[in-house]
Amino acid sequence: MGFERFGTVSFTSQTKAAPFVDLLDKGIVAGTKCKGCGASYFPPRPDCSKCFSSNMEWTEVSGNGKLMSYSKLIYAPTGFEADLPYSIALVEFPNNLKVFGRLSKEMKDEEITIGMDLKIEVVKLPNDRVTYQFKKA
Amino acid sequence: MKAAAIVGVGQTAFVRGYEGSIRELAFDAYKEAMLDAGLKAKDIDASIICSAPEYDKQRTPAGTIAEYLGLNPKPTFYVETVCSSSSSGLRVAYSLVKAGLHKTVLVLGFQKMSEISSADSQERMGRGSDVMWEAPFGTMMPAYYAMHARAHFHRYGTTEEDLALIRMKAATYGMINKKAVYQKGVTLEQVLSADVVASPLKRFDCCANADGASCLIVAHKDVAKSLSKKPVWILGVGAATAPVTMSGRESLTGLACARAAAKEAYTMAGIKPKDVDVAEVHDCFTIAEMMAYEDLGFAKPGKGKELIRAKETYIDGKIPVNVDGGLLSKGHPIGATGGSQIRTVVMQLRGEAGEMQVKDPEIGLIHNIGGVGVYGNVTILGV
Repeated sequence: MGFERFGTVSFTSQTKAAPFVDLLDKGIVAGTKCKGCGASYFPPRPDCSKCFSSNMEWTEVSGNGKLMSYSKLIYAPTGFEADLPYSIALVEFPNNLKVFGRLSKEMKDEEITIGMDLKIEVVKLPNDRVTYQFKKA
Repeated sequence: MKAAAIVGVGQTAFVRGYEGSIRELAFDAYKEAMLDAGLKAKDIDASIICSAPEYDKQRTPAGTIAEYLGLNPKPTFYVETVCSSSSSGLRVAYSLVKAGLHKTVLVLGFQKMSEISSADSQERMGRGSDVMWEAPFGTMMPAYYAMHARAHFHRYGTTEEDLALIRMKAATYGMINKKAVYQKGVTLEQVLSADVVASPLKRFDCCANADGASCLIVAHKDVAKSLSKKPVWILGVGAATAPVTMSGRESLTGLACARAAAKEAYTMAGIKPKDVDVAEVHDCFTIAEMMAYEDLGFAKPGKGKELIRAKETYIDGKIPVNVDGGLLSKGHPIGATGGSQIRTVVMQLRGEAGEMQVKDPEIGLIHNIGGVGVYGNVTILGV
């Protein structure tokens, strides 16, 4: 299905949300929006828990988001050691859409502040893997 | 409304490496609780077994442990909400007893973490977060709670030193708790200069893995008084959830599931935060205790630091919190922790806490959280 290509390590391969990875390959990070009631979701999901519809459209996460918080890991769980040190973050985009991911390693510690503007970008990883991260807007 | 009481409690020492199997570990806590209540295996009408999965090789542990404890043919089943498993177990036990299905229900929480490496332990915990959308980035508990610490610092001016003061309190009582995994004192200097694990949390801001088991025996009001000289009544139970994904959260400066669970428990018990005489809160990380002060209403949002700076959460303070060393010094054998917290409060209310005794408590509260505020469980007990 392709979903197993997402992230540094994958734990799942079967999901109806697998088109997420096809869109990453096109440089797009997308969530889903319910065609029935208009509810928006990130991470993307094929089922709407508000109106029970499974008729969703893919919507790109675009524009700038604000950094809500982050942490720089010095220790990693098994499988992620080679990436150390890396930072995880939560970023709030317009319309209360929040996205979790990593901060670009190009960002220096001193320039990271809560509330700063960030953009999302797709990143190709070795072994045909793909992910996304945040960088300074 | 006194429908059920806790009439027996037991807990093993929490240790780095238990030299036995999970069934033997469970038995140690079980034996202590059964002797405490003066009961035999045939007197237990049902059991609930609680742990986090994938740390040992026994699939479906409830059956094996019930057999070893001598509880066949009575019903048993597994309850899991990661770090709050045994509190959830107590909630279910209370419900079964109150409904009249059973007169006595035993809650056994256990965890043997020493059979896998520390990195694998973190890997399991990382997979406790959303495996599709967040675990692929390399997440783990310290890092998630670290994000909460940074948000709390930014919004309220809380400092690393405020968190260090919490660790020092934990060590003060860990030193006098013979069942704690960490019984040494710590200095402010040590805590502040420790290695960073996930910024801004450092080594002493984090609880240690440990092996351990806890056991609680819940009895129906009709039999409670004949089983215990001082039954400890379950006055309120509250439970709530928050999204597992951080992207589903409204804010990172507190745990919404704790506030919701506390509200339900306070309402059921008919009390307010100021009525609590002694509390056990889920200090898996120092920031977790800071947020607990505020989520439980012991301090207004952002004012938790004033409580610890003024030592109000020490034994002779306004609201003694974790005066058994907390998870920070006791260690955190995942499935056993809730039962350990509940046991501490039961012993406080019975006046059996020895050197850790708070003066004449009548109402105690246990705040036990699963994952990074995914499962909130609050229990209120009274005598």
